[in-house]
Amino acid sequence: MKKTILTFSLLSATIVMLGAGLEPGDNAVDFTLKNVDGTTVSLSDYSDQKGVIVVFTCNPCPFAKAYEQRIIQLHHKYSPEGYPVVAINPNDDQVSPEDTFDKMKARSAERDFPFPYLKDETQEVYQAYGATRTPHIYLLENMNGKFKVAYVGAIDDNAMDASAVTVRYLEDAIGALMAGNAPDPATTKAVGCTIKTRD
Amino acid sequence: MFAEKTGRIKQISTGGVLQAMRRYAFMFMLAVIFTVPAAGQKVTEIGREELLSLTDRSGDTTYVINFWATWCSPCVKEIGYFEDLHNEQASSGVRVILVSLDFPNQIESRVIPFLEEKNITAPVMLMTDLRYNEWIDRVDPGWSGAIPATLIYNNDHRVFLEKELTREELYEQVNLIRN
Repeated sequence: MKKTILTFSLLSATIVMLGAGLEPGDNAVDFTLKNVDGTTVSLSDYSDQKGVIVVFTCNPCPFAKAYEQRIIQLHHKYSPEGYPVVAINPNDDQVSPEDTFDKMKARSAERDFPFPYLKDETQEVYQAYGATRTPHIYLLENMNGKFKVAYVGAIDDNAMDASAVTVRYLEDAIGALMAGNAPDPATTKAVGCTIKTRD
Repeated sequence: MFAEKTGRIKQISTGGVLQAMRRYAFMFMLAVIFTVPAAGQKVTEIGREELLSLTDRSGDTTYVINFWATWCSPCVKEIGYFEDLHNEQASSGVRVILVSLDFPNQIESRVIPFLEEKNITAPVMLMTDLRYNEWIDRVDPGWSGAIPATLIYNNDHRVFLEKELTREELYEQVNLIRN
């Protein structure tokens, strides 16, 4: 019995060490966050959808800006298919003053975001997901009412120039889910801005 | 009479201005000749294979490869430490290379003005391959792609640090790799 407990605690320690966030196949973590329109939005609100495109993004990051229009287009394209976008701003606005709730509201209004833009005020959500940069995508799939992570990473392979993109990782992943397949690749890496925290 | 005087004064002053302009032009040329090589920072554009060979060289040198960008505030904060390391240890076998991940279309508009403003003399390269997923893992499998990130290595040791470094941390890490 003692041995079992020890093994178990060692195992959980290993999981904590490795578990720097969610990977494809993991259960998504539910969240309830404040939206720029004054309401609160939870992942569970989307239980009637096939999936959710969770985008960790922010106001000032050049990569987030470069992808802003593409994220809007993705929502317009995939929300009718059952995969809407939910954007979450994970930055501490004391470190990144461009990311205050008021500035998020302004950005959302100015760009006419057709999706919620949520503030991860306590920064617990991005940490639970393991996001490291903006923009960072978590494509979630609704499996009988439970969301599972299906794809983690970049939107496509050219941040600078949407017209020069050769591989649309996220769209390919959604396409795979719609066809009943597992996304391949299920993870991609990209350069992006670090998420701003007070240490 | 009045007009004539004015004319003469004008002539004299014009001559003076011309002379002064010539003098200034000469000084300006001297200034150009002597300041351009010092301040005119060169940015070498590199692709995937060049970057990967940069992160995998052999020899006695210790390489310090810092991934940065002008838009990355923690990178901007630490870049002076890398410049100092370059100035202090380049002659003793430490080669600092600053690899910019700014977009290639911003070299003239952002990167070079930034380097000049900060008086950076360490070599600067700019990664033109934007297909990040094809090479981030090959630089280091533990790298998420966030910057600042710094690779320090030589024949015997290698460390990859995905975080902002203090001056002390940078020098300490370089010492650890060298000893």
